[in-house]
Amino acid sequence: MNKDPQPPQWATAFLRWYCRPRLLEDLEGDLYEYFVRNVSRKGLRYARLVYWLDVIKFLRPYTIRKIEPLTFLTHFMMIGSYFKTSRRNLVRNKLFSFINVVGLAVSMSVGLLVISIVNDLRSYDDFHEKKDRIFRVLTHHQNDGQAPTDLASSSIRTAQRLAGDVPGVENFTILRNGFSGDAKVGQNTFPLEGTWADQSFFKVFTFPLLAGDPATALQAPYSLVLTEKTAERLFGSTQVLGQTVRFDTLEYQITGIARDIPHLSHIHFDALLSFASADATMGKKQDGFYNWDNVWSNYTYITLSKNGSTAGVQRALNQISKEENKALLHKKVTLSLQPLKDIALGRKLSNNMGPRMEPVTLWILGGLAFVIILSACFNYTNLSVARSLRRSREVGVRKIIGARRSHVLGQFMTEAVLISFLALVFSFGLYLLLRREFLALDPHIPEIFTLDLSVRSVLSFIALAVITGFVAGFLPAVFFSKINALSAMKDASGLRIFKHIGLRRVLIVAQYTLSLVFIATTLVGYSQYKGFLNFDLGFTTENILNIKLNGTDAATLKKELSEIPGVTQIAHSSMVSSLGSMYGFDVKYRPSNASPGDSALVWVNTVDENYLPIHQHKLISGSNFTLRPEKGKESEVIVNQQVLKRFNIGGRDPQKALGHVLSVDGRDLTIIGVMKDFHYGTVENKIEPVMFRYSKSEPWGYLNLQMASTDLESTMAKIESAWKQFDKVHPLKANFYDDQIENAYSQFSMMVKVIGFLAFLAICIASLGLFGMVVFTTETKLKEISIRKVLGASEPGLIYLLCRGFIALLAVAALIALPATYLLFDKVLLTRFAYHQPIGIPEMLAGALIVMLLALVMIGSQTARAARSNPAKVLKSE
Amino acid sequence: MKGTNLGEFEELVLLTIAALAAEAYSVAICDELERYTGRSAKLGVVHAVLNRLEEKGLAKSHLGDASATRGGKRKRFYEVTHAGKVALMRAKELREAIWRNIPGFNLEGSI
Repeated sequence: MNKDPQPPQWATAFLRWYCRPRLLEDLEGDLYEYFVRNVSRKGLRYARLVYWLDVIKFLRPYTIRKIEPLTFLTHFMMIGSYFKTSRRNLVRNKLFSFINVVGLAVSMSVGLLVISIVNDLRSYDDFHEKKDRIFRVLTHHQNDGQAPTDLASSSIRTAQRLAGDVPGVENFTILRNGFSGDAKVGQNTFPLEGTWADQSFFKVFTFPLLAGDPATALQAPYSLVLTEKTAERLFGSTQVLGQTVRFDTLEYQITGIARDIPHLSHIHFDALLSFASADATMGKKQDGFYNWDNVWSNYTYITLSKNGSTAGVQRALNQISKEENKALLHKKVTLSLQPLKDIALGRKLSNNMGPRMEPVTLWILGGLAFVIILSACFNYTNLSVARSLRRSREVGVRKIIGARRSHVLGQFMTEAVLISFLALVFSFGLYLLLRREFLALDPHIPEIFTLDLSVRSVLSFIALAVITGFVAGFLPAVFFSKINALSAMKDASGLRIFKHIGLRRVLIVAQYTLSLVFIATTLVGYSQYKGFLNFDLGFTTENILNIKLNGTDAATLKKELSEIPGVTQIAHSSMVSSLGSMYGFDVKYRPSNASPGDSALVWVNTVDENYLPIHQHKLISGSNFTLRPEKGKESEVIVNQQVLKRFNIGGRDPQKALGHVLSVDGRDLTIIGVMKDFHYGTVENKIEPVMFRYSKSEPWGYLNLQMASTDLESTMAKIESAWKQFDKVHPLKANFYDDQIENAYSQFSMMVKVIGFLAFLAICIASLGLFGMVVFTTETKLKEISIRKVLGASEPGLIYLLCRGFIALLAVAALIALPATYLLFDKVLLTRFAYHQPIGIPEMLAGALIVMLLALVMIGSQTARAARSNPAKVLKSE
Repeated sequence: MKGTNLGEFEELVLLTIAALAAEAYSVAICDELERYTGRSAKLGVVHAVLNRLEEKGLAKSHLGDASATRGGKRKRFYEVTHAGKVALMRAKELREAIWRNIPGFNLEGSI
């Protein structure tokens, strides 16, 4: 419009902001005059600079606007009026209110869920009295030439060294996980898992005892502290102090009953055993139990003394590691401290205890919720601005009566916040539903979260509503407050609403891009997930039932089971492969006696002679194991092709590799067979060297039953009864291999579900918004349409005219979203998988098509209605 | 009343307003001052003085008509009030009274 050089806008805005209204106009003019002069004399840049300096120089006491308490007061007095007009507006514009309340409610319910999740994780371990002073000792374990490991566990030696006077440490305690045994109480036997803890356990942590003395309960060897729940299970009562429980041959005395552990605790136990018992049962017998580098199963916690500092303790820990590391060869162990409150929301550590969520995951979740809420806010912004034609008269009147800009701003903000509060009420209802669904999503989720309401979470909910209201209402409020009263009254259609059409277009494109990314991600993710489940692992998992054993030789059970008609074959294995757990041995191979040999980690499964046929592993050369009476005489091994490749055995020729000897665990094992590569780990892992060792029986392993596919139910019932005869203590743990694989990938199915749900929300919100836009645009164009119709325009032509703009926007959104999704999968998500399906282009297009069709139906129906309207009626009303 | 005193620069500005008559607005006053004194007169300073003169009641102002040349902003025209005229006259008389009392020879040859 104006090609003359203009003074810097921001400077003018600043001047307008601070300057007294009385002085403003002529001062602005004066500065402008100087600006024009400077431009012609010294150029634009100089002029702009001087303008800025002048604006700043005029910031003097006599020019600065007085603070007007009256304005604030009027705001306060006007709040009632704002509410009234806002309410009336909401009621009058039902479609507008409906779209916004529904959109915001739906999106905010996701926000509420994320808030609850974050809140839960932040409330972890809040019940400990000394929670701010409790730290866990972390271990950094580094073998020379290997990647270091960060562990949540530490060695017992660490705790022993802390017992010496370390300044700043008030108290420390040591925990050891992994007690498991059959508790005999009178005639009954119960499987019981427990944790060892030393006598200061109750000094560091706040786990109140209902009975027993916390100071001495865990002192003597063979002391046992039960939780209420466990006491009820074992004895049927909690008044059991002083009674004994037998594990094998050892009598444990009950020295305390602890109140049940709060849900949000990273430490969970059914029973505590005094650490002295661990010393008596294991420490005295096992070599290396107290070694400095035995860092795998114990946890050390300290409480800092009131005036102690973490830096001081860290120095002491560094000193300790330095001294202790001197005795280690090719290895270094260092220690650090982790605050108790960082455990649930901390970084990834091996051997971690309790649930943990990485902050990144939370950020992603929060980000997704934010994006969805933002999308709903866009709707509000878009529709408010689109509707501005109707509201501008109101604003005009307000301004003429004497409303300032800030008053109009306040009014529209109030309206937005009111809407978002209304949405909060609905979203809370939705949240309750969503919470139930979320907790049911995966059996692990209820273990981690309670999602109970707390004061903190409710306050956060309200804060969310207020912020959402502000974000949604900001742009419309600014827009309305800028309206010039006179022009609004004179000719409303002359308003610059169409100036903001660019903004509206951008918002619609953003919403649809988002929806498309979500739906494409869902569909592609789902096809990938299906791909994982149906992945060719290199062996069969169909109709195989894996039964977990509990340390008893299962020969009798095996015999019993083999008599069931539905069971065709039974094998033994030490573990179930392809589910993610891995066991390995260092294997040494010497091509000839003279060479020093080469060693590498080889993953292992110990199986019997039936395992390979049942799972249909393909032998490339050699033969299967044959039945051997005893375990001690193990001398054979079957390896996969990767082993040949790794050690270069027999020139990698499967035939020539037979007869070569591998040294495993101090034994020389001859290769009797080479099998085709299969997936020992999950699809995230590359195929690595794997070997099968032979064992006739694996008391802690699994029975693999091959089932006939007919009448699985009665077969299962028979297996169940056979198990009950065999083991009266432990319940049967039997799972079909296919189900186990599905379980191993459950996190992905969960992710697909979550993203799918978000996609659904995003599409709903975007559709609502688009619908609103179409309705309002066609409404404002109704006269134009009628005139065109009178002049002879055809209906399809009119529909095309109205749709054109929206369809172009959708096309732009698709052009952005689809390549973005493809790149997201190609460059980010699928890089962690060593093996995956190609990214399904058809799925992506299908997703886009669904969204497009939905949008087209909406646009089409509304525009068709407008195009069909009777021009006589529309034009008559003027 | 503090309005009775007239500072030197204030006097100059007030005189300029009187001299410019109907065209006395801030930018013109600055230019005119520059022309007379040969020194640059900063808008910031002049603006502050104009404001003070108005406060003291020595000058009064009104907004003129809008024109396109100043980005559509109106000019604020100043004129000397009666009190202003009195103050100017008094200042002039004061000086002249003093001048009259200077013996002729006292300033001779000193320039």
